[in-house]
Amino acid sequence: MSDIQKVIEIEVLRYNPETDKAPSSQVFEVPFTDDMSVLQGVQYIKDYLDGSLSFRWSCRMAICGSCGMMINGVPHLSCETFLRDYYPARVRVEALNHFPIERDLVINMEGFINKLESIQPYIIPKEPRTLAQGEYLQTPEQLNLYEQFSSCINCMLCYAACPQFGLNPDFIGPAATALLHRYNVDSRDGGKEERMDLVRSEEGVFHCTAVGYCSEVCPKHVDPANAVNQNKTNAAVDYFLRFVSPKGGAK
Amino acid sequence: MSKRRPYVRPMDGWWRKNPYFVEYMIHEGTAFFVAAYAAVLLVGLVRLSQGEAAWNGWLHSLTSPWYVLFHLAALLAITYHTYTWFKIMPRTMPPVVVGGERLPAWAITGTGLAVAAAAGIGLLAFVWGMAR
Repeated sequence: MSDIQKVIEIEVLRYNPETDKAPSSQVFEVPFTDDMSVLQGVQYIKDYLDGSLSFRWSCRMAICGSCGMMINGVPHLSCETFLRDYYPARVRVEALNHFPIERDLVINMEGFINKLESIQPYIIPKEPRTLAQGEYLQTPEQLNLYEQFSSCINCMLCYAACPQFGLNPDFIGPAATALLHRYNVDSRDGGKEERMDLVRSEEGVFHCTAVGYCSEVCPKHVDPANAVNQNKTNAAVDYFLRFVSPKGGAK
Repeated sequence: MSKRRPYVRPMDGWWRKNPYFVEYMIHEGTAFFVAAYAAVLLVGLVRLSQGEAAWNGWLHSLTSPWYVLFHLAALLAITYHTYTWFKIMPRTMPPVVVGGERLPAWAITGTGLAVAAAAGIGLLAFVWGMAR
């Protein structure tokens, strides 16, 4: 244990919609210990230096997905990113890229919530099922197909990593597609047809240019780029299959 | 009245702001060399259809130092293009299950690179054999 208190500079992108035309940086000097996360650094600022600083957080253990921020330009969960890894340099903290800033580090996530809703993130049964029929059974192989994609915590780091989403905010994007895929490949689900309309739509997977950064920054190893790109193939197969076996009512 | 006024940050110069995006632009940029090389080969095909003199003229023009330099640059760019192509491949395909285990990303990338190298060397040997 060292007796000397270490101090790190944290540069925060501030924005107050009531007074500011555009965001601007403010630097705070924050005393820290080696076990302190960037989130704790930001909490120190709010508690002791400037109570007006706004940011989202909840669980402090990389489960809830609330505290995503750009840290030195890279999307991270601020609760699992440590100040000691940046010291003695200054650490720059900014609201998640590609989202509108509501205030300081708080982004507007309305667009993402709407996308999440649009993919119908729940099991749509193939046919009505009674309680008497008992539970669904699934083999480990069937579970393996979707398990990784079900680990998404909706932290939106992948959207902050996706330049195509930044350039076209309508793009359904990595996390929503990963969850869409999670339900489409679930053996209990029968909603694939409905969801495929979204996959092949103007806002669908073909906005993706396989940058791959979404999967790099994902804190839960969901690999959303894989879900998006598998669905490019699915959409293409669907398109050509309808010439072979028309289903009728094709749009 | 709402005090909300969400601020949308501009996307200008987005690809210069992160080394990952700079690399992305470079590997996408190497596609230019793939297209340029294909164009050179197509011109060769057109010249071949125009008779022996035209074909020999095209062959001769390829010996100019500028063309040699272009071919060297294209070789480098296309090699890098091939590497990045197979590097991203595991992210673009459905899981490959071999013997109950999912094939790891490095195995897919490695197989792709090995096949590309074998095809490249095979083609070179074939053309070399024909030219002798």
